[in-house]
Amino acid sequence: MTKYIIKRLLLMIFTFFVIMTMCFLLIRLLPRELPQDKNLQAVITARFEALGYNKPLLVQYWIYLKNIFTKGDFGTSWYIQFRAPAFEVLTSRLLPTVLVNLYSFILSVPLGILFGIYAAIKKNKWQDQVISTSVMVFVSVPSYVYAFLVQYIFYFKLNWLPLTVYSLADAGGSWWTKKMFISMILPILALSFSQIAGLTRFTRAELTETLTSDYMLLARTKGLTRAQATSRHALKNAMVPILPMIIGTFIGILGGSMIIEQIFAIPGVGQLYIKSINLFDYDVFMVDSIFYTFIGLLAGILVDISYGFIDPRIRMGSKK
Amino acid sequence: MMNNTMNMNNIPKEKFKLVNEGQRLSDKKFDDKPVGYFKDAWIRFRKNKGSIVAAIIILIIILFSIFAPMIISNHPNTFMDVYYAKKPSRDLTLQKIGMSEGTVTRTFSGPGLIRAIGIGVAAEDRDGSGQVTVGEGLRSYFQPIKKVGPLTMITEIKGAKPKSIYSNCTIETYLEVGFLYKSLEQAEYKRIVDWQNETGLQILYPLVENNEYNLDPLDANYWYKTKKGTPVSTASGKAKTVELSDDLVLEDNYKRDAQGNPVYFEYIGGGDHATAQYKVRILYYNYYRYLNGFEPEYIFGTDSQGYDMAVRLAGGLRLSLLLAIIVSAVNLTIGAMYGAVEGYYGGWVDLILERISDILVDVPFIVVATLFQLHLSAKVGVIPSLIFAFVLTGWIGMASRTRTQFYRFKGQEYVLAARTLGAKDSRIIWKHIFPNALGTIITGSVLIIPGTINSESMLSYLGIVKLGSATQTSLGTLLSDAANIWTNYPHLLGYPAIALSLLMICFNLFGNGLRDAFNPSLRGVEE
Repeated sequence: MTKYIIKRLLLMIFTFFVIMTMCFLLIRLLPRELPQDKNLQAVITARFEALGYNKPLLVQYWIYLKNIFTKGDFGTSWYIQFRAPAFEVLTSRLLPTVLVNLYSFILSVPLGILFGIYAAIKKNKWQDQVISTSVMVFVSVPSYVYAFLVQYIFYFKLNWLPLTVYSLADAGGSWWTKKMFISMILPILALSFSQIAGLTRFTRAELTETLTSDYMLLARTKGLTRAQATSRHALKNAMVPILPMIIGTFIGILGGSMIIEQIFAIPGVGQLYIKSINLFDYDVFMVDSIFYTFIGLLAGILVDISYGFIDPRIRMGSKK
Repeated sequence: MMNNTMNMNNIPKEKFKLVNEGQRLSDKKFDDKPVGYFKDAWIRFRKNKGSIVAAIIILIIILFSIFAPMIISNHPNTFMDVYYAKKPSRDLTLQKIGMSEGTVTRTFSGPGLIRAIGIGVAAEDRDGSGQVTVGEGLRSYFQPIKKVGPLTMITEIKGAKPKSIYSNCTIETYLEVGFLYKSLEQAEYKRIVDWQNETGLQILYPLVENNEYNLDPLDANYWYKTKKGTPVSTASGKAKTVELSDDLVLEDNYKRDAQGNPVYFEYIGGGDHATAQYKVRILYYNYYRYLNGFEPEYIFGTDSQGYDMAVRLAGGLRLSLLLAIIVSAVNLTIGAMYGAVEGYYGGWVDLILERISDILVDVPFIVVATLFQLHLSAKVGVIPSLIFAFVLTGWIGMASRTRTQFYRFKGQEYVLAARTLGAKDSRIIWKHIFPNALGTIITGSVLIIPGTINSESMLSYLGIVKLGSATQTSLGTLLSDAANIWTNYPHLLGYPAIALSLLMICFNLFGNGLRDAFNPSLRGVEE
């Protein structure tokens, strides 16, 4: 197991390095936009010169890496937050993204698993048909359609909830206030529909497979009731692929959903990404891209390793 | 009983006869045709009602995207009309059965309601006599107010003055545009006058005096005398507020010459006869008829810029479908070849190729799409660079699927037999193993389509990919155009969102049906 983890980690670091290099080269090759303000222009040009932006690309990359490893410096934001370190700009946006997605995660995981179990137990009965059909619909429809739908219902028709997430100042200066939470309900709902549906479908598929396996028959023959056999044997085995999937989703909440953040005006990393492209704030763009790559890799490796831990039979972790 | 049994035991030998005596014994030839792989799949697919319905809906959507601009819309691709932007559905045929009337319900304040009713009154007043009553105006064809709700005094509405009169009215949004000021060349003016005489429809209406009674000199719909927004009568020499009733004749504020005849145009500049510019006041509804030869009819309404929504929607669907099919086809080709080589040769070839795809699969799609747009869109165009982005990582799933199938089949006896007979590698790959993997591959390539459509609309919604232009748009662009204004114009968002959702649901259903048909063992399991 240790050998496997080390192998995976090394591969992950290598992949990360390759992608980071590609991103760096492609982003540095983009034409730099200078601001209109003459003073600012002079400052930025001087700063670019000092940072070695006019040197050959590989030298620039060396400097970039050196700064990351020696000072933790991922570059500077020039437009989004003037002269703030790019990494800090990113981390300051992390909390709102994580909060919204965490709430949605907490809501959707139990519901998804419960619906899935129910559908699997009632397989091919009308309850299952209803759940499966709605799962099909909810999985297919893009999340921003839900976003508009919940906005329409809860803001325009009922006027219960605010249209977008409050800014920090409006909600009393903290992300943890009740007011802030209430304004986050709509994005949480919009995110949850498809997550619940996805998890329901997955759970149902896995559980129906285990419910029809031989050891279930044996368990019933031993004299266990259907409920006992299901909860002790089938559910346990069905959880083997479900748990890693949940872990993957959990890591994914760091990344969040760009489109939901855009619609509900959540000042998170997804919105930062769009902003950095539109404002040509390339250092922020770079650090955000690295961040997304990192999350993807982390989720992948944790899923694979957790497979190994949960079920020793799957040590190769080839299931993706 | 006993006797019987006895008899049974002693049946004479002669009584026995061979069943098949005289017949040739041989295998029967099957009467029906053998069921092949694809026929087998088709039989299973046919049983899946949901997938059949989905396939039919997809077909309808495809037909709609191709033929809608020709059949259900009389507008060419680039047709747009800024005054009729964001309008709801209107169709003259459907209007007769109470659908697609182009109406919305809106809350009007007293003065606002009179302004709207005034449009119909002024439109009836062809010669500018100012003698048309409100009742006549209400029955006019050009009357935007179709139904006046009960007049109520509401003070709860935010920002409303106490004792303001409000009413929920049904208003025809196309007629609501009413009158506009426009400057025309003299030649154009003459053509309009000719057209008026020919058709009997009035376009040109008297200009309005710019005096103290004119509330807004830029709004051509204030043709009556007002004070603080409410209509007044100046018959007594002083401005006096009038009460709204059916017999009321609103006092006009038309510009008149010395003889008291209303003035229809005003010279505002330009040189000789042909290029002389006239300022005129036109009834836009009839002007539109003059320009286009038909009344405004948009079955899906118009989009935020004034294009026909049906045309735009069809264009967006066409783009999405075309893009998805191209991406799917390219992914299929690359993925199948890559996977075939990986799976067939195995060993170190497989190892190296797998590592390459391992790295590529971890590149975040959104980053790739953005970088490709920033680097390539200026050189090769927006759509090709979008396709590149989709293809860069999209083929990997296909490759791994093909690889698995190849690992499954390459060790089988018939492959060995083929090789013994001297078949080349390429022949074994494409003729012997590949057809077995075809079902999985087809299924995979169908399931790529909804994913591509979703990503495309997401990217264009976020503005990372800019697909909107005069001739082309995408569903995501339509949605993002509507994003800030859809609260007032729900149809701007509704139609693209419904089209997109329908497309996604149907393709997923169809793809799942195909998968179940090709691999019955995978039913209900996610790949």
